Amino acid sequence: MEPTFFKFIFRYSKRQQIYLLVLTCLSFPFLYYSLELPKLIVNDAIGSESFPKTLWGWEFEQINYLMILCFGFLILVGIRFGLRYYVNVYKGQLGERMLRRLRYILFARILRFPVPHFRKTSQGELISMVTAEVEPLGGFIGDAVAVPAFEGGTLLTILIFMFAQDWMLGLAAVALYPVQMYLIPKLQRQLNLLAKERVRAVRKLSERISESVSGVEEMHAHDTSERERSEFAQQVGVIQGIRFQIYRKKFFIKFLNNVIGQLTPFFFYSIGGYLVIKGDLTFGALVAILAAYKDLSSPWKELLRWYQVKEDTRIKYDQLLEQFQPAGMLDEDLQRVPDGHVPRLSGQVVATNLTLQDESGVRAVDGANFQFDMGENVAVVGGSGSGSDSLAQMLARIIVPTSGSIFIGDANLAALPESVTGRRISYVSQNVALFRGSVGDNLFYPLMRQPLRSGAYEGEAAKRHEKYIMEALETGNTASDMEADWIDYEAAGVADLDALTERAVEILKAVGLDEDIYVFGLQGTVDPDRDPGIAEQFLKARDMLRRRLEDSEFTGLVESFDRDAYNRNMSVAENVLFGTPIGPVLDLEHIGENPYMLSVLDQVGLTEKFLSTGLQVAKVMVELFQDLPAGHEFFERFSFISAEALPAYQALVRKVEPGDLEDLDPEDRTLLMSLPFKLIPERHRLGLLDGSIEQPLLRARRAFADGLPESLRSSVAFFESDSYNPAATVQDNILFGKLIYGRQQSQREVGGLIAEVVDTLQLRRKIVEIGLNSQVGIGGGRLSAAQRQRLGMARALLKRPDLLILDEATANLDRLSQSEIMRRLLEESGEMGLVWVLTHGEDASRFDRLIEMDGGRVVANHSIAKVAQIDNAADAAAGE
Amino acid sequence: MQLPEIVAVLRGIPLFAKLDSSKLKLLAFSSTYLTMDAGEVLFFEGDPADSVYLIDEGEANIFTGRGAKEVKVAQIGRHGLVGEMAIFRDSPRSATIRAAGRLKVLKIDGDVFRAVVSENPEAALTVMGILSDKLAATTDEYERLKASAAAAKDRSVTSQA
Repeated sequence: MEPTFFKFIFRYSKRQQIYLLVLTCLSFPFLYYSLELPKLIVNDAIGSESFPKTLWGWEFEQINYLMILCFGFLILVGIRFGLRYYVNVYKGQLGERMLRRLRYILFARILRFPVPHFRKTSQGELISMVTAEVEPLGGFIGDAVAVPAFEGGTLLTILIFMFAQDWMLGLAAVALYPVQMYLIPKLQRQLNLLAKERVRAVRKLSERISESVSGVEEMHAHDTSERERSEFAQQVGVIQGIRFQIYRKKFFIKFLNNVIGQLTPFFFYSIGGYLVIKGDLTFGALVAILAAYKDLSSPWKELLRWYQVKEDTRIKYDQLLEQFQPAGMLDEDLQRVPDGHVPRLSGQVVATNLTLQDESGVRAVDGANFQFDMGENVAVVGGSGSGSDSLAQMLARIIVPTSGSIFIGDANLAALPESVTGRRISYVSQNVALFRGSVGDNLFYPLMRQPLRSGAYEGEAAKRHEKYIMEALETGNTASDMEADWIDYEAAGVADLDALTERAVEILKAVGLDEDIYVFGLQGTVDPDRDPGIAEQFLKARDMLRRRLEDSEFTGLVESFDRDAYNRNMSVAENVLFGTPIGPVLDLEHIGENPYMLSVLDQVGLTEKFLSTGLQVAKVMVELFQDLPAGHEFFERFSFISAEALPAYQALVRKVEPGDLEDLDPEDRTLLMSLPFKLIPERHRLGLLDGSIEQPLLRARRAFADGLPESLRSSVAFFESDSYNPAATVQDNILFGKLIYGRQQSQREVGGLIAEVVDTLQLRRKIVEIGLNSQVGIGGGRLSAAQRQRLGMARALLKRPDLLILDEATANLDRLSQSEIMRRLLEESGEMGLVWVLTHGEDASRFDRLIEMDGGRVVANHSIAKVAQIDNAADAAAGE
Repeated sequence: MQLPEIVAVLRGIPLFAKLDSSKLKLLAFSSTYLTMDAGEVLFFEGDPADSVYLIDEGEANIFTGRGAKEVKVAQIGRHGLVGEMAIFRDSPRSATIRAAGRLKVLKIDGDVFRAVVSENPEAALTVMGILSDKLAATTDEYERLKASAAAAKDRSVTSQA
């Protein structure tokens, strides 16, 4: 990065700044004449008596002459302000571009920070620097040259004009400038120091906030909220103090400028008045000077303000510089997108005198020497503090050693670009970071390194895309297109997306994640329009499952959907709607408040029955739940009535008798109508809905579908036995019914049946594919720690590395899975090098080589086969 | 079976006899009445535990070990409580339960059960009694096994000598 802000500005916007300067200079003649004309108007047109006057060879009478001059004035003003508008727009564009460039540079630098640096840099600081702190810098860039040039030039023009009228008055106008030029930089220096302090204090505050947020559980667990609050209060207190001092200093400068600005007219009136009376100055000239003086104060003020902002941004830039130039940053060239083929790694891995030292002098790895063959399976064994984890990270070139070297074949690892290390080496630690997106996005993440096949753009979109590319290049950003296809199929050894999915399924199986993704798939939805043929296959599965359920051993497990039969294992709401709600309009929780639903009930004559049933349900609920404390979880889990609504129902139950149902308040009516919708006869067994209501409810179901207004069409997907329901999950589509209450193992048995049907129809892969589309949530939060870890391993394998480094990568899994995954990887590693960091040595005998570490040093490095041979030989010797 | 009948079943059981009517109804409302045929499984060893079961009619067999190693260890009958240990310990199921014949059980939500027991000293004492009986039975069984193992060892020692 450039050492000063102005160097930065000139490096990236020299051409534009010069253009702005030229435009600015162009405007000065217009300015001068717009000052000159008023004098002519007053003296020549209004005050003179010698008419007609000659102008460009034409003769004019007084009125015409006046009008010509006035219109001339108008045109000059128009040109001046038109030019000014254009300059401002241009400055804005320049500022925004430079801001984008600066942000991009900062982010790109973060990606090159040495990894250990992040341990002492808080996220909050980095975020506030890239987002908030650079913003004023961008705003200033457009003004950097143009403002002093424009305002300085304006000032100079006006002064020249004044001196041209009368040098004494000119002198009077600038008499106090030296005072200001002496005082203000002095005050400004004090301000600068405060501004620096403020930036530092605000950064500390953002660090504090992000720490409080990430440690919020500790705070709850130890009742330390008061301490957190106090620490925060202390810091905002400091900021408040600094800010107020800044405010006072700024205000004082402003005050000073204003006072001085108001003193100057004193000289004008006294000296100017004297000169006019004496006849040394025309009255017109005095008016013009006074008008000019009014124009003078604004550029002067602007100049002073510019100076203050300049100082402000200079400090901000210096502080950015401090933060974004950590020692040991990765060379920019190492992260360049490669042009051609990326070489493979092979041969011997040789580490010589490998040392990793932090700035306090502690050596995590201390002069380690070892070597192994790339084809070997190597166990690195060492407890915490042994340096084995740092060793693994150095092997993966995630961190660069302080001294010493690692060679793979002829290649020095430290000098290899990331396009080689990141593609040929896979590294998985215990903490797998997932990004927002689908399981598939995360699985294919290592294959997405550069855009390979550009996206298709047409018409309007193509124009927009072209503009995007143009702006990106203009601002020094990368022009790589996010919409392009980034997946490198070749790296995974496949030809297309279909084959890649096939490969992904195999790898998921190898790391034991296939069953979980299958379950995600069953819970996922699929749009049959985008995947033709899929609906038909799932409908086939539905059919087959239904036939299986007819077997005597499975009867009584599922009550299938049937448009002409009431389903006693689902709620009244679901029975009437008979479909899956899409969006909030027909949400089952609140369907009792939907006006269309209520009109349907009226139509089939069920309103009265609903009201009386509602009253009975309300009575039961009030009795059951009134003694529970308000926030009790049972409300959420069992009650039809929320804790907040309970008092309203209590009051209602007390005052309403079954006879009063005809003339209820509208609110009470709504309260009661909503309750029966939640009843599931087989589950709640309140004995409130007998068989006699089923026929009317079926009529309601039909009426609801038949009369559905256009506006509600997109809010529900009906259950149709011969079509796929895109709003429902895959599982619900196959099941097409409800599990029957009162059967203990129904879930397990039905799950087994669905799996059987899915396997018979060979749909498992399709469902896993749907599972790959399910979202992982922010930071992978919707996946368990074990699932995240398995996913991390799957993606490390998918890119077919030459060297796979697992840094306790199975630590979150249970013992059995750990052992199983280790077995598979050891068996299937083939030519791929495998380095596995383990805390304990018990599994080491399964590897080809064992490297033991202790206190940052390699204490043993031997081939396991040899160890076994030596042991055998020893045994044999002992036997003789 | 409707709610009032379940309430009646619960009231007939000493553990819940002293509960007031609204608590009993809440317990009944949040429970599920299950009917099972001989051999059907209530839960498997190692399953996560979320409910307690109360036998209303019929008998159930308790097995430990999985697959081929499954061994029947006990039988439990009417008004017997099953699965409360896993709920109190918050652990997976420690045994597999199968219906011995036609079996009717009330499946009580684990959280509701815990809430009811912790709020009612009488119920808590009764649960302690049930658990103590189970512990006593287990201890007896252990002593018996130890004695027979010792006897077997003695026999093998004598036969070798």
